[in-house]
Amino acid sequence: MNFDRRDFLAWSAALAAGPTFAANGTPARGGTLVFGVGREPPSLCSAFTTAGPTQLVSGKVFDGLLTYDLNLQPQPQLATRWETSADGLTVTFHLRENVRWHDGKPFTSDDVAFSLLEAWKKFNARGRTTFLNVERVETPSPRVAVLRLSKPAPYLLRALSSVESQVIPKHLYAGTDLLANPHNSAPIGTGPFKFVRWERGRQLVLERNADYWDSGKPYLDQIVFKQLTDPGAATAALETGSVHLASELPMSELKTLAARPNLAVHKRGATLSATLTAFEFNLERPKFQDLRVRQAIAHAVDREFLLKNVWYGYGDVSEAPIPRTWAAFHTEDVPKYPFDLKKAEALLEAAGLKRNAQGVRLSFTNDPNGSTGVLFQTAQVLRSNLAKIGVRMEVRTQDFGEFVQRIYTRRDFDTAIYTAGAGPDPAIGTQRFYWSRNVQPGVAFSNGAAYRNAEVDRVLEAAQVETDAAKRRALYVRFQQLVQADLPKIPLIGSESVVVAQRNLRDFLTTADGMLGNFSGAFFDKGAA
Amino acid sequence: MNDVSLSPASPWRRLLATLVAWRRPFVRALPTAFGVVVLNFVLLQAIPGDAVDALVAEAGSATAETTALLRQRYGLDKPPVAQLGDYLGHLAHFSLGYSPRYDMPVMDLILARLPNTLLLMSMALGIALSLGVSFGVVMATWNGRWPDRVLSSIAFLLYSTPGFWIGLMAIILFAVQLGWLPSGGDATIGAELAGWAKFGDTLKHAVLPAFTLATFYIAVYARLTRAAMLDVRTQDYVRTARAKGLHPVRVTLRHVLRNALLPLTTVAGAHIGGLLGGAAVAETVFSWPGIGRLTLEAVQAREYRVLLGVLLLSSFLVILANVLVDLLHARLDPRIKGN
Repeated sequence: MNFDRRDFLAWSAALAAGPTFAANGTPARGGTLVFGVGREPPSLCSAFTTAGPTQLVSGKVFDGLLTYDLNLQPQPQLATRWETSADGLTVTFHLRENVRWHDGKPFTSDDVAFSLLEAWKKFNARGRTTFLNVERVETPSPRVAVLRLSKPAPYLLRALSSVESQVIPKHLYAGTDLLANPHNSAPIGTGPFKFVRWERGRQLVLERNADYWDSGKPYLDQIVFKQLTDPGAATAALETGSVHLASELPMSELKTLAARPNLAVHKRGATLSATLTAFEFNLERPKFQDLRVRQAIAHAVDREFLLKNVWYGYGDVSEAPIPRTWAAFHTEDVPKYPFDLKKAEALLEAAGLKRNAQGVRLSFTNDPNGSTGVLFQTAQVLRSNLAKIGVRMEVRTQDFGEFVQRIYTRRDFDTAIYTAGAGPDPAIGTQRFYWSRNVQPGVAFSNGAAYRNAEVDRVLEAAQVETDAAKRRALYVRFQQLVQADLPKIPLIGSESVVVAQRNLRDFLTTADGMLGNFSGAFFDKGAA
Repeated sequence: MNDVSLSPASPWRRLLATLVAWRRPFVRALPTAFGVVVLNFVLLQAIPGDAVDALVAEAGSATAETTALLRQRYGLDKPPVAQLGDYLGHLAHFSLGYSPRYDMPVMDLILARLPNTLLLMSMALGIALSLGVSFGVVMATWNGRWPDRVLSSIAFLLYSTPGFWIGLMAIILFAVQLGWLPSGGDATIGAELAGWAKFGDTLKHAVLPAFTLATFYIAVYARLTRAAMLDVRTQDYVRTARAKGLHPVRVTLRHVLRNALLPLTTVAGAHIGGLLGGAAVAETVFSWPGIGRLTLEAVQAREYRVLLGVLLLSSFLVILANVLVDLLHARLDPRIKGN
């Protein structure tokens, strides 16, 4: 199967025409969708966590204030319209009428105010940044919520999907220990699917919310998340049809799966959760303080090879810190370091690193996050390239917990390779890795390189409060040029979740949340096999 | 218990007496259990990264405040000795504590999965023993001839092939290609079954993982049975039995096999611990919700309460299995007494 971006665009345009007239068959009610998941969610409410498995489930139980189309433009969901004042300090949301929580209580602006101030702003690791400038939330009527900001926060309107900022019911959470609230593992939402039961390690069951505000939807009767711990077993389950949908599959299996007539591979499985994989230097180590050394290593990276052989083509090569998915900010106009081992070697020579008796100029360690999979393979490819120019890179492996501890708390590393979410806005997904005020030992996914550049700080801080879209883009272009000249990190591949689904499952990837979205329009095409 | 109903030879009385005779292993198990808890706690402390690091790594984002808050929640802001003290305090009240990560009592978490693992283990042991012993009998009977050669090679293959690979190959053959058996899980999704239908469904799901888990042990038992039988066959009482004119089948099964089973039961008893460990692999490959996978997840999540709970229960399980093996010994060979 060939499924390139052009096909995708054509196909998504067809979807945008509306589910009733979808290109392939009309929506039909009924059916149980079985979703194969690899990791068990730690909880079922993403108001408090940014964990992917939690978002996957809770995105179907809760609706957000907004949703985003495939071009990342905001669309109404619980809020029917919204406006930002000219100074950017007031954002007003008009809420949908007749929306009820799954326990029958009405959804009001009090729920929005409570969620923002008590949950997102306090407990959600990204929400703390996103809503930092929100001083208070006024609720002049049950249908209107007004956010009062101390400084403009243009990124705020990009972070209001259910997955990112989940509106939780005040009447069930107020006055309780929020993180220990029993509803975190038995959620009551406003979304198209209601929580039924969770048998840990086995399955999690959601059922259709007959009282959903978007009448007629959802089409599916049930969604069952079945835990499939082994990727090989997940692949087999897709082939036998006992699972309709799965992600986090080994890249090496995708080609085989794509060849199956009953399966389709979708490259853009969750646009808003798109990630960037990068190689990071620990700039506290003297050996990386010479820019020429960092440049030499950048020239030893063969992104095209990595994309083709390690990622099996599922991604985009990226030389910019803001990946292609964020087209509003991404720029190709950055200093580039094409794959060129001769140039790399010359740079090392110029930096005064001569080969020793064993032919080695420089030795350092690398810690990919995860002991198998693409990051580990990326490290191995890089190691063999570097060996050719007299650089010995020792690849170490560990699990998640040890990786975080090593990089951010013990700072016991030379270089690292990891993947991190780049959205929903550069101020949230990208700034954290480059801003000097985010050099925070002990805090995971902070500025682990310990990169400090006053000019970069100034540009980032200006972009944070810039309300004019064109000026904001200009600031981020400048930022990308500055950091690519300094090279604290080498961007490698930008990617989105790849989803494999049975072909008769339709209209499930209609928003930028992708597979994390609410699936209200998803249906089984009875006409197709 | 009513003494009048129990004649001296009553099986109940005998069981009671045996249990009293065998209380010692359980008493001895207490310091072992304490050792299991303390040693594993220390080991887990030695692994870099704590539960919050693991949680944050999964979430992909963090701030200093949220991290500190989670540590406080998990009780990880206390010094390790205080954490261990808290845990032992819970144990003294027969509680395995509460897991903040899974948001439920550790005991419930384990009990929900224990029956699954026990089913898998007993099926695997059943398959391994029946196939292994049958292989062994055939190999010993036709020692050096082609059935011995063929089965020896099969046993050798099973012995040396990693279980996860056999599992994956079994999935491809029986689930994907032939479509006879389900590829994973322990129940058909969406089919709300009850009673025998549910049991049958579970059994159908258990066949492949149990067989995968059993393969290695089939090979071990086959070779062990063969060797023991060849050894027993040269004994005087076997020659006597043959000389009496007993049927060769009867000699093989009653005189040779029964005595050859003694070393087998010893080894099989010791294997119960190994099966628990091997279950982690089979459970992962077949997405079987059991204890083995829970253990693996608990280590990755650095959730010491769950891990210690599993290890503690497992050690009791192993002790119990050993007692049962000893009882079985006494039955197979009356010369071995309960004490």
